[in-house]
Amino acid sequence: MSTPAPAVPTPGRDTESLQVAAVELGRRSGTPGRLPGRLGRPPGWFVILWRNRKCRIGLLILAGFVLVALFAPVLAPYDPRADEYPTSLGPTSDHWLGTTVQGEDVFSQLVVGARTSLIVGLAAGLLSTLIGLVIGLTAGYLGGWVDEILSFLINLGLVVPALPLMVTLAAYSPVHGLWLIIFVISVTGWAYGARIKRSQIITLRTRDYITAARFAGDGTARIIAREIVPNMTSLIVVGFMGAALAAIGGEAGLAFLGLGDPLTVSWGTMLNQASLGGAMITGQWAWLIAPGLALALLITSFTLINFGIDALSNPHLRED
Amino acid sequence: MAYFARRFAFFLATLWAAVTLNFLIPRLQPGDPAEAIVSRISGKGQTVDPAQLEAVRTMLGVPGGNLLEQYVRYLGAVFSGDFGVSYSYFPYSVTHMIGQALPWTLVLVGVTQILSFVIGTLLGTWAAYRRNTRVDSVITLGSTFVGTLPFFWIALLLIYVFAITLRWFPERGGYGGGSSPGWDWLFISDAFQHSVLPGLALLITGPIGWIIGMRNNMVQSLGEDHARLAVARGLPERRIAITYGARIAILPNVTGFAIALGSILGGTVLVETVFNYPGMGRLLLESVSNKDFPLMQAIFLFTTIGVLVANFLADILYGFLDPRVRKAEKS
Repeated sequence: MSTPAPAVPTPGRDTESLQVAAVELGRRSGTPGRLPGRLGRPPGWFVILWRNRKCRIGLLILAGFVLVALFAPVLAPYDPRADEYPTSLGPTSDHWLGTTVQGEDVFSQLVVGARTSLIVGLAAGLLSTLIGLVIGLTAGYLGGWVDEILSFLINLGLVVPALPLMVTLAAYSPVHGLWLIIFVISVTGWAYGARIKRSQIITLRTRDYITAARFAGDGTARIIAREIVPNMTSLIVVGFMGAALAAIGGEAGLAFLGLGDPLTVSWGTMLNQASLGGAMITGQWAWLIAPGLALALLITSFTLINFGIDALSNPHLRED
Repeated sequence: MAYFARRFAFFLATLWAAVTLNFLIPRLQPGDPAEAIVSRISGKGQTVDPAQLEAVRTMLGVPGGNLLEQYVRYLGAVFSGDFGVSYSYFPYSVTHMIGQALPWTLVLVGVTQILSFVIGTLLGTWAAYRRNTRVDSVITLGSTFVGTLPFFWIALLLIYVFAITLRWFPERGGYGGGSSPGWDWLFISDAFQHSVLPGLALLITGPIGWIIGMRNNMVQSLGEDHARLAVARGLPERRIAITYGARIAILPNVTGFAIALGSILGGTVLVETVFNYPGMGRLLLESVSNKDFPLMQAIFLFTTIGVLVANFLADILYGFLDPRVRKAEKS
């Protein structure tokens, strides 16, 4: 892949230029050894994010989802797995979004499903960011034949179709626990972040302060940990957001295909059961629409936050 | 020439890696998948002849065997196109089953992707031509919004509205009970009716990447010096947009087209499952739920090779379209 591909039709992945630009900010504000901000005052990056109207809406929506996920057991009116209610109900006052074909409360499942999506997004996002960071850093910093081999791995990871690979990997496992899903999503989704981090470190590697650190006798590990990583913070954060978004979509897709964790309630499994359980024939539109809308809203919040990160790196877009 | 040689070397290397990955994945699993499959086939009261058992072993591995020897045998089998026998469709071979499913996916994905590319490029050009106007924001925000909707959920809603509520189109399958595959009018019109909703599901999200990519590239290329010079020369606005903006902006989308195939194939797994469409994606999922590992591995390999070939072709095409990349590789 000698040329960048700006048109990858996956939401949250069209931010490459933005990610590269986001580094500009990190370079300026993320000085190594910077003193932590004074207590009681929000850090500068947060103020910029908050002042951007789109980003503020996105942060509020995401905060809402986080709260719902944290307090899911309190907010869900029923046990999401209790199948003791009348089956295939439409929305009623007892069951706001109706019940499933097994007689479970759809609203309780929706609330608990937020937890699954956020856990998968957080864990798989962190794991694939970490894999991408290690491979990208090693390739970009060491160069030479190590770079050749790792770049080949990265390019391979970019072209192998992710969902068929996920499906194939998941198929062999006798148990489909949530951690297996997270693992499968991470090992198939790290390549995009690794490519961006590699190209970023190549531009950082030759800077004067790195040379100075090397002459001062710092080892490679120390240079990477103390000099390079702090200057890539915002790039890593944006990369994490993209990876988390892809992971949330990936989990929903796998669960919808029936390959998710059968013991976990997620929006993907809800849609799978709505589709198999005849929600369309019985006309239970609430069961069909709610999980999809929840997914769309969560993805929208990430997209909106990305607008704010755009403003972080490009002062012209800031709304003061 | 160096550019093409390098691209070809990359293609061969990825091809080798994909074939090897396909060798390794089943061998990393505990147990003996080949033996399990054979015992299940015999359990159905059918006899497996030793050659078929051997073919399955070659694909999935023998525990404790010599890996290098297995690898050589596996490579030989892959190159002669012998992928063994399908467990769930016994006694049909894996190659036969893929041959049945492939045309459905090729036609559906081929037609919708070309349409997506054309629609997306046109809308993106229009948005860039009318940049910072209402048209631009409607197109950009609209496609960003549609892009956040889960793909398979759109497919479910399409079935709910157009197949079940309005009854305009059939709900599932590739063709109706009254027709059988062949080159007669009844089958073709039937297959077309069945492909409308899956096609629509792919077409709703398909153009988004091209719209955004085309618009952003073109806005950028219209800001470059050669486009400013064209403005200074007093050329008509439309001519500047098409000749000086769009022609350059379309280039990255050409490579993007091939790279996107990987995620599009992922999308077809979802769409074909929702619509029960008899293509490769549904066959993959079916083989997974039947634990038909020989079929599953072969589909994975075919899909990956398809993407790699498409990428290679796009790289070659790009080299012809944009001389700059050929020169960049030399320096």
